[in-house]
Amino acid sequence: MAKPTASPVRTGLVHLALIIYTLIALFPVFLTVINSFKDRSSIFRDPLGLPTPSTFSLIGYQTVLGQGDFVLYFQNSFIVTGVSIFFVLLFGAMAAFALSEYRFRGNTLMGLYLALGIMIPIRLGTVAILQGMVAAGLVNTLTALILVYTAQGLPLAVFILTEFMQTVSDDLKNAGRIDGLSEYSIFFRLVLPLVRPAMATVAVFTMIPIWNDLWFPLILAPSDATKTVTLGSQVFIGQFVTNWNAVLAALTLAIVPVLVLYLIFSRQLIRGITSGAVK
Amino acid sequence: MKACGRVNQLIYEFESRNGNKTLGSLKIENIRKSFGQVDVLKGIDLEVKDGEFVIFVGPSGCGKSTLLRVIAGLEDATSGDILIDGKKVNSTPPAKRGIAMVFQTYALYPHLSVRDNMGLGLKQAGKPADEIKERIGIASNMLSLGDYLERRPAELSGGQRQRVAIGRAIVREPQLFLFDEPLSNLDAALRVNTRIEIARLHRQLKATMIYVTHDQVEAMTLADKIVVLNQGRIEQVGSPMELYNSPQTVFVAGFIGSPQMNLIDATKLGQSGAKTIGIRPEHIQVSKTSGEWKGSVIHVEHLGADTIIYLQTDFGPLTVRLFGEHNYDVDGVLYATPDAGRTYRFDDQGQVIKG
Repeated sequence: MAKPTASPVRTGLVHLALIIYTLIALFPVFLTVINSFKDRSSIFRDPLGLPTPSTFSLIGYQTVLGQGDFVLYFQNSFIVTGVSIFFVLLFGAMAAFALSEYRFRGNTLMGLYLALGIMIPIRLGTVAILQGMVAAGLVNTLTALILVYTAQGLPLAVFILTEFMQTVSDDLKNAGRIDGLSEYSIFFRLVLPLVRPAMATVAVFTMIPIWNDLWFPLILAPSDATKTVTLGSQVFIGQFVTNWNAVLAALTLAIVPVLVLYLIFSRQLIRGITSGAVK
Repeated sequence: MKACGRVNQLIYEFESRNGNKTLGSLKIENIRKSFGQVDVLKGIDLEVKDGEFVIFVGPSGCGKSTLLRVIAGLEDATSGDILIDGKKVNSTPPAKRGIAMVFQTYALYPHLSVRDNMGLGLKQAGKPADEIKERIGIASNMLSLGDYLERRPAELSGGQRQRVAIGRAIVREPQLFLFDEPLSNLDAALRVNTRIEIARLHRQLKATMIYVTHDQVEAMTLADKIVVLNQGRIEQVGSPMELYNSPQTVFVAGFIGSPQMNLIDATKLGQSGAKTIGIRPEHIQVSKTSGEWKGSVIHVEHLGADTIIYLQTDFGPLTVRLFGEHNYDVDGVLYATPDAGRTYRFDDQGQVIKG
């Protein structure tokens, strides 16, 4: 892939810029992880130092895991994120299929309307959403969060998947029609397997903001039974005393599932991001 | 001879299971199709008899593929009727029309093996597993695909993929085969082989086939009947030799035959009563000393069996095709004489003038 024309200086500078960006992006994560393994006094004395045998401590993890609720918080986060991704992918792909496959009046307009949500943050509607949830009796349920996150993820999903669905050959879909597949079979059995890289991309892009969100859990589902990990770790942040060990340990634990999912999806993700560009 | 016997046995099996069921006839009545403001098909009438091999040919954008898709039921016609075997199928879904289609891009299901690609349609129609297996066996033997049944399409070459696509059509035992430019994606050598294979299949299956192409060589070599389409209308229907020997319009005259027929403005030749005079390049003789038209040689193409000479004359360029090898110098003077009785005269509307 190396182009003979690219000068070493140029490539070097590009790499330097990318490395600096990577360091900046990873630094807070790194700081969180190393400090989660230190005792309280050394977190304050030497926040940048690596844990040494004398400062090493698992007190944070003990506190977090000792508080039985945390397993529940993780479970809540998993349920909310998983179900939301499922619905975002399902409905997003279906809408994208309809937009790319069928010619109907107002097709373009509908596409734009569905993509509008990319530009308008859903948090602007928080008050109305809260009122709606109160009226529907969904406050302090995971359903409320799933509904909001599905709505939040759909615009981008529809937008990305529509582009990808257009690249699926018409002949293939027509061959399916001649073989007697219903439109649903064509969608599930022919088109979806072919846009899998795009689905993985959308899944990752959708998952991260949902997993990390503090806003909606705090407003819609702050009860103890419905707390997510991000909200749960706030119990250690007090007005006067903050249990930094516990906070950092909780955050470190919260990184793990995202990391695992990313590793699973990453090959598909890279294919999804580049396949549009290098065709 | 042994292989031949086996193939005959297979054909016998194929036919005996088909019984005496009539293969599909097709009737198209005044089909029109518009996409918004654009009229793609402007009233097509056509009749195709049982077992005929009919080819739609025309330049890109003439509506030939759209017509095929309307027959298949993949597009709805704006108006008009489609009758397969005498039954109106206007609102019948593609799978229930008794058709099978082979696509230009093969359109194989990438995640299924060759066997499953061929069997999907039958499985979907709820046929018993034994019958599906048997039909796949027969089709794969016909196309010598037996060794590839468990492979995925990605593991096959272009020619093999197209054979699988044809096999998928055969197992459906359709009344009507539809081919949408099936050879366009193959390289030249493979194209000839696959063309011969399709011709052989047509003889074996005695099925009605409709074939779309923009390549007039394919049309001339395969068809019982050629339908020349231009701008959404049928220009002429006829056997390959009818189209070659008696084109009804300037368009057909120019489209059928290679190199293209010379079409000369009649006034420049001093002839009255016609707008255009047409002479095929192979119906012109040349001489260095005397002849009807004088011209200078612009370019000479040596093809071995043929020599194509491009002349510049007083009335414009003229192409001459001579059989065998001939040597003429570029810029040299040549006299050209058309064969008597092999010129065509066309009127203002582009229609041929008889007599």
